[in-house]
Amino acid sequence: MRGYLADCDIQAPASLAEALAVLAREPGVWTPMAGGTDLMVVYNAGRLQATRFLDLSRLADLRGIREDTTSLSFGALTTYTDLRDCRAVHQHFPNLVKSARVTGALAIQNRGTLGGNIANASPAADTPPSLLAYGAELELISPRGLRRVAYDRFHQGYKRLDLAADELVARIIVPKPTGRGFHYFRKVGTRQAQAIAKVCLAAYARIQEGVVAELRIGLGSVAPAPVRARNAEALIIGKPLAALPVEAAREALLDEISPIDDIRATAHYRKVVTGNLLGQMLRELANG
Amino acid sequence: MAKQITLKMTVNGTDCVVTVHPFARLLDVLREELRLTGTKEGCGEGECGACTILMNGRVVNSCLVPVVQAQGAVVVTVEGLAQGERLSSVQDAFLTYNGAQCGFCTPGMLISATDLLNRCPNPTEGEIREGLAGNLCRCTGYAKIVDAVRAVAADGGAAK
Ligand SMILES: Cc1cc2nc3c(=O)[nH]c(=O)nc-3n(C[C@H](O)[C@H](O)[C@H](O)COP(=O)(O)OP(=O)(O)OC[C@H]3O[C@@H](n4cnc5c(N)ncnc54)[C@H](O)[C@@H]3O)c2cc1C
Ligand code: FES
Ligand code: FES
Repeated sequence: MRGYLADCDIQAPASLAEALAVLAREPGVWTPMAGGTDLMVVYNAGRLQATRFLDLSRLADLRGIREDTTSLSFGALTTYTDLRDCRAVHQHFPNLVKSARVTGALAIQNRGTLGGNIANASPAADTPPSLLAYGAELELISPRGLRRVAYDRFHQGYKRLDLAADELVARIIVPKPTGRGFHYFRKVGTRQAQAIAKVCLAAYARIQEGVVAELRIGLGSVAPAPVRARNAEALIIGKPLAALPVEAAREALLDEISPIDDIRATAHYRKVVTGNLLGQMLRELANG
Repeated sequence: MAKQITLKMTVNGTDCVVTVHPFARLLDVLREELRLTGTKEGCGEGECGACTILMNGRVVNSCLVPVVQAQGAVVVTVEGLAQGERLSSVQDAFLTYNGAQCGFCTPGMLISATDLLNRCPNPTEGEIREGLAGNLCRCTGYAKIVDAVRAVAADGGAAK
């Protein structure tokens, strides 16, 4: 089966304002398209409901990585290649570089965008765990103005987002870690390239005088959406590196995830591996 | 039915203008409108790399590009690698090292290998495998392809 070309339309608005006006005029009718690496797959398989598309790829306002003293701000159109090529990303957010490296292969990395990865809302996407670990925020834009949401509140269930029909993801803002940081990222998949995650775990911790002062853990493929492991985090925060309650944290983590059986792995496999990744992460953290 | 657009691209060094549906896939426009049938379709979902081309200097899966996004683009397909009858050094090496068997993956492989060697003239084996990771080959077992790419690097690069 193929998508039926004659049914489809794609408009290339000249400006962000024009794009937003089109979305607002006919809410829910126009589907934004950035790199097309999710949408075109579904279209080619003849399974895409949408037939009208709004090409975002030329909107300069949604492009570019900006740096200020406290954060990096990524335009929604930032590609995986842009992430890999940016020195400041390597310096401050090594997990994001690792996420980008294990996404698809180079041809996907050249076209796929951060905004698309987030808005596509796959529970198995590879940048969300890193963005959760770094405490990212999203800037959403509509004709009504700009609005900021904490990324860990953006996903509200399977493919349910805090995103109105007339809104676009404009930028992703990630605060720069300060002090002594610990970064961990691991994706478990069938092969290095072109494999969707069976489980993915990203973590960022700040260590102060031998104690875990701050910790966020982001998980992929273990719940209906990318999630934080808040209970496990809470058990570790405030504890000295020399005495991390690894077993208690593992139990808390397994209680707060809800993996399923699917073509890539069983729920049981996902639980065991998620627990193991947490264990590996905490051992690395303790060994500093 | 959407209005057709006038699409202008530079393909293999030649300016071309075609009237097409804006949502047509770049792959189909290359093959059917421009008759550049070197670029292949394997999966149609970004997995296999048979449709790999260079768009504005970067490898992309042409099966995933609606052509409106290629307006004004500089495109290189496998037909653009040779200079007349003279094969590029990457093509030559694929011949010498038997890097092609059935040949279906070869156009995409050649584009990815050329791109890799342009970005990274002295790749490690790991870099070669990463550069070609989006191109599946069901015949060669990859070893001969990797040999070919390594030989081009050892012999002074893709541009030679
Ligand atoms: C072969 C292959 C391998 C892949 N491997 C991986 C992988 O390993 N890991 C992974 O995470 N993903 C993978 N993907 C999925 C995909 O490449 C990524 O999710 C990519 O980041 C999507 O970005 P895009 O710009 O191409 O999205 P598009 O296809 O353009 O859009 C995706 C969705 O996001 C919406 N959208 C896009 N931009 C915005 C915006 N600014 N505001 C609001 N909504 C927006 C669109 O309407 C659509 O619903 C793979 C895809 C393919 C084809
Ligand atoms: S045909 Fe495009 S990647 Fe397979
Ligand atoms: S030579 Fe047959 S698929 Fe590669």
